[in-house]
Amino acid sequence: MAEGTTSRASLTLESTIASVKAVEETAQEYARSAGFSDDIAAHLCMVAGEAAANAVIHGNKYDPAKRITATFEITESALTIKIADQGEGLDPETIPDPLAPENLLRSSGRGVFLMRAFMDEVHFRGLDPGTEISLIKHRTQPA
Amino acid sequence: MSMKFTTRQVDGVTILDLSGRITLGEGSVTLRDAVKDVLAKGAKNILLNLADVDYIDSSGLGELVSAYTSVKNQGGELKLLHLTTKVHDLLQITKLYTVFDIKDDETSAVGSFTR
Repeated sequence: MAEGTTSRASLTLESTIASVKAVEETAQEYARSAGFSDDIAAHLCMVAGEAAANAVIHGNKYDPAKRITATFEITESALTIKIADQGEGLDPETIPDPLAPENLLRSSGRGVFLMRAFMDEVHFRGLDPGTEISLIKHRTQPA
Repeated sequence: MSMKFTTRQVDGVTILDLSGRITLGEGSVTLRDAVKDVLAKGAKNILLNLADVDYIDSSGLGELVSAYTSVKNQGGELKLLHLTTKVHDLLQITKLYTVFDIKDDETSAVGSFTR
């Protein structure tokens, strides 16, 4: 565990929708453990699910031979959720802006936008193979 | 909790009272099938009552947009009623409130459809 870590979990999951639910449930549990409000916990749960869904659907493309990994870490300063897939990789710069008028009526493509809207930090890291996305929510420091 | 719905008719408007979560998987599929079903039965004016929908993810938002487009392509109108604060905020940050006609009152919502 990193210095200052109070709680950590790591899940290795199949490339299925059921895995998305497992990530959401663990995110909810960690959000509550970190002391976030119900509203922020709901957002954390949602964006963790979005990242897991992207990993399963777009990253691993439901390949039963590939896994996603999800790690959850609470430190004194933040809750960090990392979701990794074993897909072909993702360049975040190529993700279309869902707020652009020509994209408003698209039926997909809002997941990363929601992650950025609700998290304090979102980072992408290329793996070999795959992509890891880090979702970071800072904890309010006690007065 | 997954999504559930009931359907009723008020003055030529088909109202779908939805409850639960519109999310990836079952919830989104339930909404898709529900709208498809009422369109197949000839409904043109559709009002989605989201008062009891407490959670929507990006897949659910996508399904709402698809429903809107499907109804429009069939010459109808789809409007939203009674958004919870969470859902309202989600539509606001994604700018989808500029796409949907969002109503707070059922009677005026029903009266607002083009006949």
